[in-house]
Amino acid sequence: MVSIQSITTEQVWNWLEAVPDPEIPVISIVDLGIIRAVDVDKDLIKVTITPTYSGCPAMSVIAMDIETELFKQGVSNLELETKIAPAWTTDWLSEKGKDRLEEYGIAPPQKAGEPQRCPNCKSVKVEKVSQFGSTPCKAQWRCQDCLEPFDYFKCI
Amino acid sequence: MSEQTNHLFEFLLRQGDNALVLGHRTSQWCGVGPALEEDIALANTALDLIGQTQLWLGYAAEVEGNNRSANDLAFLRDAYDFRNILMMEVPNEDFGRTLMRQFMFDTYQVPWLTELQNSSNERVAAIAAKSVKEARYHLERSRETVIALGDGTEESNSRMQNALDYLWPYCGEIFGADEVDHAMSEQGVAPVPSTLKGTWRACVERALSEAFLVIPNSEFAHSGGRTGFRHTEHLGHMLATMQTLQRSYPGAEW
Ligand SMILES: [Zn+2]
Repeated sequence: MVSIQSITTEQVWNWLEAVPDPEIPVISIVDLGIIRAVDVDKDLIKVTITPTYSGCPAMSVIAMDIETELFKQGVSNLELETKIAPAWTTDWLSEKGKDRLEEYGIAPPQKAGEPQRCPNCKSVKVEKVSQFGSTPCKAQWRCQDCLEPFDYFKCI
Repeated sequence: MSEQTNHLFEFLLRQGDNALVLGHRTSQWCGVGPALEEDIALANTALDLIGQTQLWLGYAAEVEGNNRSANDLAFLRDAYDFRNILMMEVPNEDFGRTLMRQFMFDTYQVPWLTELQNSSNERVAAIAAKSVKEARYHLERSRETVIALGDGTEESNSRMQNALDYLWPYCGEIFGADEVDHAMSEQGVAPVPSTLKGTWRACVERALSEAFLVIPNSEFAHSGGRTGFRHTEHLGHMLATMQTLQRSYPGAEW
């Protein structure tokens, strides 16, 4: 338990770093770029989140996970605000987050709109299977060399 | 409600109800899609549309100021209070008609939401900026699929032609220009939809000619959905299923 007076904005950011994305647990919600602001005003902690996709069902789980983590850290007065503008973009994914995605087997988003290489064998010979995947943020691709199918994090 | 508020409320219902009714129709494919990838794509498209619905109807409820929520508007209104265009509520029929409808709608939504990003109403601009990214992605897929099926086998081509013949008379309603539309335009909230018809038509013609599909030679247009004057019989049946939980257990929460 920390006394409320001593909580700093930086500390809250660090705590949020420990909250994994519920659907892709190798990256944190901070890496995902959905935490837009943390404001500490005396005993009130305000966290502003922006949804990835407007209908993403993970958003309510994420809100619950943030509450759980911050309450565990001794925060008692927490306000979560959802902000839709400016709209979330994959540009907000951290570099660390992109590396982790690839290690995990998910090709990170590319400006060109398609994966740069197979996350498995790094071959650049890849083809699209479907524009949508297992979650709103992913599409399905396949490697023509190792033949493994893989998820591609859509670029929006 | 003042007349100005009422116009904005009606406008927001039109946006939200289009997304909701199409989203629900599309979700009816969940688990029965023609291929696993298509099933997943349809479910994800539906999810985006339901997400957009929450934004539009959430704001509509605030504007109305009657203590209703987005959920109340979705689950506790009857058919005559819905403001979606009729094309959104007609049954899916087959995969071809479902994708043809999605294509007709996406081809409109992309330029429409692009315009709405410049709305004088900040909330409308924000919702449009969020939704247009999803609409562009939907259009990529619906356009590709319509072309692939039109330029496919004899069977797929004839099914797509049937879908086009069936849906064509429902397209005209998109391009309204009534009192609400003019009020929104005067306040700088949104352009009058009829001004986008040329852009829409050019995109549709390009894709359909690539798909070897022939646009029916008729300008007849069904209407009555976006004004709420007269919906098709299909909407009531759809709502009976969609709203059954809230109707049977009022106030039930997840
Ligand atoms: Zn490979």
